[in-house]
Amino acid sequence: MPPRAVVLLGPQRFDPSLGESVSKLGVTGRIAVITAGWQEREAEDEELSAHLHGKTVNLRLHERAEEVFKADKALQNAHRERQEVLRHRQDFYRIRLESGLEAERVIRSRSAPADIMDDEDAASVAAIRALDDWHLAQCARVRKDFEDRCDLTPSPALAKHRREIAGVMKECEAVAIAGGHVASLLNRLALFDIGKLIGNRYVFAWSAGAMAISDRVVLFHDHPPQGPGASEILDVGLGLAPGVVVFPEPQQRLDLDHRERVELLARRFAPAMCLGFPARSRVILKGGRFSAPDGVIVLRRDGTHGLFDPKKDAA
Amino acid sequence: MTPRLAIHDLLANSPNPERVQAFLAGKKLPIVEGSSVTFIWYGQADGVTLRHWIYGLESDSALVRVPGTDMFHLTVEIPYGSRVEYKYELHRGGGSQWVEDPFNPNRARDPFGANSVLQGEGYELPTWIKPDPVAREGSLEPFAYNSAVFGAKRTGCIYRPARFRKTRLYPLLVVHDGSDYLNYTGMKTILDNLIHRLEIPDIIVAFTDSPDRLREYANDERHARFLTEELVPDLTSRLPLYDRPQARCLMGASFGAVASFSTAYRYPGFWGRLILQSGSFAFTDIGKRNRRGPLFDRVVEFVNSYREDPAPVSERVFVSCGVYESLIYENRSMVPLLDKAGMQVRFVEARDGHNWENWRDRLREGLSWVFPGPLMFVYE
Repeated sequence: MPPRAVVLLGPQRFDPSLGESVSKLGVTGRIAVITAGWQEREAEDEELSAHLHGKTVNLRLHERAEEVFKADKALQNAHRERQEVLRHRQDFYRIRLESGLEAERVIRSRSAPADIMDDEDAASVAAIRALDDWHLAQCARVRKDFEDRCDLTPSPALAKHRREIAGVMKECEAVAIAGGHVASLLNRLALFDIGKLIGNRYVFAWSAGAMAISDRVVLFHDHPPQGPGASEILDVGLGLAPGVVVFPEPQQRLDLDHRERVELLARRFAPAMCLGFPARSRVILKGGRFSAPDGVIVLRRDGTHGLFDPKKDAA
Repeated sequence: MTPRLAIHDLLANSPNPERVQAFLAGKKLPIVEGSSVTFIWYGQADGVTLRHWIYGLESDSALVRVPGTDMFHLTVEIPYGSRVEYKYELHRGGGSQWVEDPFNPNRARDPFGANSVLQGEGYELPTWIKPDPVAREGSLEPFAYNSAVFGAKRTGCIYRPARFRKTRLYPLLVVHDGSDYLNYTGMKTILDNLIHRLEIPDIIVAFTDSPDRLREYANDERHARFLTEELVPDLTSRLPLYDRPQARCLMGASFGAVASFSTAYRYPGFWGRLILQSGSFAFTDIGKRNRRGPLFDRVVEFVNSYREDPAPVSERVFVSCGVYESLIYENRSMVPLLDKAGMQVRFVEARDGHNWENWRDRLREGLSWVFPGPLMFVYE
């Protein structure tokens, strides 16, 4: 059963707007909070709790994972091995991706008859998309191996925490997933199978949280120390916000005026929509339809960007 | 067309001591006007010479006296973005003395003292070298190790990041000339800042020193063995370090870069990351004699041999060099070799010389190249 509604939000750190969205949807019950992306600072959720009038309960996924690993060394080792394999896969994917993006840039800068340029341009984007798909397939295989291993050797510690989390969530009307370290967050969400436990509850997610519940998690930053970075896929997300690639803080992290870069992102991840979420932005996704967009930026395939209008952009 | 400079106006205006005083009042020296830089000495002297460390530029440049005054001047074309260390040589009563520019507050310190620094048009002091009050500070602790290889004690400092936790694993960076990197590049502050900005991950850094660097860093088998078979196992037994090549980096400047590269060469695949700054990679294309003297003999032997048969010794290598260094040719020559051998190479040139501030200014690019931080992973 899918969530009743998923609300994707911009960063909540300095000017939170989460409470307004919670009220707008008429959520009055308890809210399960996931701050695992904050890692060791997971428990420092006083401000978030106060913002939601104290009606929160933190699922403590980061801390629980530590407890599980402490109790089950075999699982911990298997998990570490999996992470090591995923790191290797990510490294090799990045090497290929950087070459693919460079080839796309060089080809785009050349002059040739328009029909040839169109063909070559399409081939460049197709090659990058194929690389992305290959990487996702590799990640899926690694995760499947780990899940099979967990099924073969069930972990009592993990099962205990999953039961506890399920118990806590039964009392909650909604789940709020905060930002932070997206890989760490995604790992914890997967470890405790949060996607299944959410059921039909309302979901509010921002920054890394919003990325983690989409179909594909795309890591990006156009101004890293090494010059314009290559946006890369990390893995699949929980799939609770299908058809969207989430880009938090687009004004800070993306070179929005660089039309070629914007165009490439939009074409590379199509048919999914590339949506940027500045502070105080929001969109609601209900039954596969977007509503009540506020300040969300859409990246278009012609290289432009603008305020997201579901009627026009999601048509 | 030569642009009209401030010094031209002074000279055209029948300069005298009063007009020189008025000219200098409130001026920032040297005078930077686009790519034209006017060096000025004001004070009693029989003659003044500009001494600098720009390889390729006339090194013995006399300043010209403004007639009837104690002001001397020399205009030099300095390319955009340059940083130049210099001194004045004052000639008085048959003797001479090298002094820093008393009218320029910018100084660079090094093991030999200090130089004045010209910040040319377009040069910007990096923001990440200054202490950031928001950045949490890591800690530095001295360490000593009795090396069986050397039969003597080796010392240094260990940097641990703020929020260090024994239950986490960290990458290891081993720095040659560690005390100099700490003293003359401010590397501890830089580590604190780059970690805070998420541009590099939390790392553990071993700042190591050698009592005889010109010998031990010049392709010395003992040094490679000490680092790889003694120091790393010892640190691993005491600190939570990842046990994989991608999480081990060696770095150094000048002979320290040679030490880093020759160590990685002797233990291929062990050191997965290298930062080589202004490496003294001297070589010869024919014969074995090199113009740099006997100190370089073992380096030349090593580099010649590597050039003969380039092999992948590491995975990811950052190479930097100043274009005003005599070593720029050697460093440029290394890059295609490393690349051809299958290593991922990032090469950065800067309009700077063979000095610690050049190496400081490249640390952000170097460190974030070998150990990219979680910037791409954190979305608050």
